[in-house]
Amino acid sequence: MIRFTHVSKTFPNGTGALRDLSFHIPRGQFVFLTGHSGAGKSTILSLLYAHDRPSSGEVKISGYTVGALRASEVPKLRRRLGVIFQDFRLLEHRTAEENVAFALEVTGARRDTISPRTMRALTRVGLAGKARAYPKELSGGEQQRVAIARAIVNDPPIVLADEPTGNLDERARNGVFQLLKDIHAGGTVVIMATHDMDLVRDTPYRIVELREGELVYDSAVDEADDTP
Amino acid sequence: MRLTWREVWHSFWRTPLLSSLSIIMIAFSLYSVGLFGLVATNFRHTLSDLAERVEVVAFMLRGTPIETITLASEDIEAFPEVLSVNYVSEDEALARARVELVEFREAYEDLATNPLPASLEIRLRPQFRNAAQARTVAERLRAFGFVDDVRFGQDWVERLDRIRNLAGIVGLVIGAAFGLVAIVIIGVTIRMTVLHRAREISIMRLVGATNAFVRRPFLIEGTLRGVLGGALALGMSFASYRLFASGMGLSGESFVFFTPSQAGLIVGFGLLLGLIGSLISVGRHLRHV
Ligand SMILES: Nc1ncnc2c1ncn2[C@@H]1O[C@H](COP(=O)(O)OP(=O)(O)O)[C@@H](O)[C@H]1O
Ligand SMILES: [Mg+2]
Repeated sequence: MIRFTHVSKTFPNGTGALRDLSFHIPRGQFVFLTGHSGAGKSTILSLLYAHDRPSSGEVKISGYTVGALRASEVPKLRRRLGVIFQDFRLLEHRTAEENVAFALEVTGARRDTISPRTMRALTRVGLAGKARAYPKELSGGEQQRVAIARAIVNDPPIVLADEPTGNLDERARNGVFQLLKDIHAGGTVVIMATHDMDLVRDTPYRIVELREGELVYDSAVDEADDTP
Repeated sequence: MRLTWREVWHSFWRTPLLSSLSIIMIAFSLYSVGLFGLVATNFRHTLSDLAERVEVVAFMLRGTPIETITLASEDIEAFPEVLSVNYVSEDEALARARVELVEFREAYEDLATNPLPASLEIRLRPQFRNAAQARTVAERLRAFGFVDDVRFGQDWVERLDRIRNLAGIVGLVIGAAFGLVAIVIIGVTIRMTVLHRAREISIMRLVGATNAFVRRPFLIEGTLRGVLGGALALGMSFASYRLFASGMGLSGESFVFFTPSQAGLIVGFGLLLGLIGSLISVGRHLRHV
């Protein structure tokens, strides 16, 4: 499903964010990307949604090779992903419902299917009652749940979450984490970057830890990870 | 498609000042084009009045039989350039000279024999009223045996040609200059809109919008601004026309406004400028968002 092979990423300003990184994420996994701030977690995710390209090595996701993507293929890849950020990235002058529907409209989904699918996604995150609220009328946790609804409305096989609980209080954090676990339980690959050690402690999920762009720990290292 | 229009609508109202300002600026630059066009149209109108006087005159040898002249007239009338042929006999020429050349009236009064030759006055069709065509016709007339001399006021016709060409060139240059101004205005305002909405665009991209999808509302918006600017410019031109016409007491005959197709051309020009301006701007700036 996802494979990094000897991936390095150096930004144009010379910062080396990732160094010779190799790992494989099969179908159905929940993976924590951990490490201190600046370790390279966000960079890994931005390679996965093709915001950046690897400087060397190969990034494969859902059959696409990120380094070789043509401009016209980038939207195709992104429609098969859900991406969630610490800062929610909602459109302020649109309601919760419109924000979610937007992700369907952009893909040219059939008009009569948009509203029911949007409401289904909002129901899944427990916000059907706030469909008409604008982001500024919602709490941080609620805004993040709208963002999650937007991420899953296309039923993507992979969800990427970059510090999704970073801006939230304890209760909202648990709610958002529970939602991601539910999404994973439905068979979706979830990759969650976090430096929140409380969430990671005693987790049954795979942990990949980075330090200065290098992989320093992988809880799945004994599993069938190294098979080609 | 409905989404696109909603985008455009939203976008206009999110930056009403920017949008109105750009429409007004485009309108003013197209208004300048419109005003010049108005002057040019009326100038051309006047010139074509003048050009109507482009005439080729063939003077005939004395004693040419009238039958020959009649037959030749028919031949000449069949020339593609020729609108009409008018025969002026020797007597008619003298009578005219007496009326028109007042200074010489006395000299003409007591002439024993008529010194003036008979002639054929040949008027050309409108599209042939220029020096080159008049010369061609004149050459062909010289080939007739009974034709003594041919005149077509060469200097005068050539000058008319030059004025016409000059007017055309000045028109093109002014149109191009203000057209460029409008393109730049549209480009800059679209750029501001793109930057203003950079965050929104990056979110659209994130959820899988294609470039064409992202670009479309901007193109429509730019084109719409061009069309609205063109329509406004047309309205301002018409207001100026009416003001000027009534102020100068000019009739609709001697001072004309654009024909509907010329008016359409101004709005169409606005549309084209809007499309070009936004194409260039969106293409250049979306890459950096
Ligand atoms: N666009 C960029 N340009 C230059 N350097 C960057 C860019 N993005 C990230 N970096 C650098 O790359 C390194 C890894 O960053 P990042 O992946 O965001 O870390 P994390 O998400 O683990 O905190 C950091 O040193 C950061 O400063
Ligand atoms: Mg980060």
